[in-house]
Amino acid sequence: MNKSELIEAVSQEINMPIREASTITNTILDSMIDALANGDNIEVRGFGSFMIKEYTSYQGRNPKTGMKIKVPPKKLPFFKVGKELKERVNTGDEQ
Amino acid sequence: MTLTKADLVQKVYQNHNLTKAQATEAVEVFLRIAKDCLENGEDLLLSGFGKFNVKNKNARRGRNPQTGKELILSARRVVTFKPSGILRDRINGQQI
Repeated sequence: MNKSELIEAVSQEINMPIREASTITNTILDSMIDALANGDNIEVRGFGSFMIKEYTSYQGRNPKTGMKIKVPPKKLPFFKVGKELKERVNTGDEQ
Repeated sequence: MTLTKADLVQKVYQNHNLTKAQATEAVEVFLRIAKDCLENGEDLLLSGFGKFNVKNKNARRGRNPQTGKELILSARRVVTFKPSGILRDRINGQQI
């Protein structure tokens, strides 16, 4: 399922035009992006949580050329699936 | 600070011409559809945010880290998340 299919499904469920469902979906996703960009974590019961891991700079190698490169410090988001979703996915109907 | 479902409802409520109940419903519906999709074993692709993949894991031998006892971990299905490039850039301070 992609974003426009999700928006369509939301629109039908909440009985609102696609345009409205689309802006609402964007508000939700943008809020999540803003939170992560601010370094905040996200925790949604039943779905899962996102946290930011910080990496310091390290010496890496370009795997193609073998050249040594310095990898700058970076932050990456990690998703941990919530208990309910984890169980539902594991017992889902396409086992 | 941690962003929770209540915060998402508040954002939707503030940014749209909806009642609190409608904003709550919209967030719940969004989450329910996302969960249903993954539960059906279907990947969820949210452009600009990232993708959630459902992966099948084979059974494997594992160990209880506490007791050191060997055990068989049964085959399972798990959700993984891969952030989009846009999200990674935002998190690392690039303004888009």
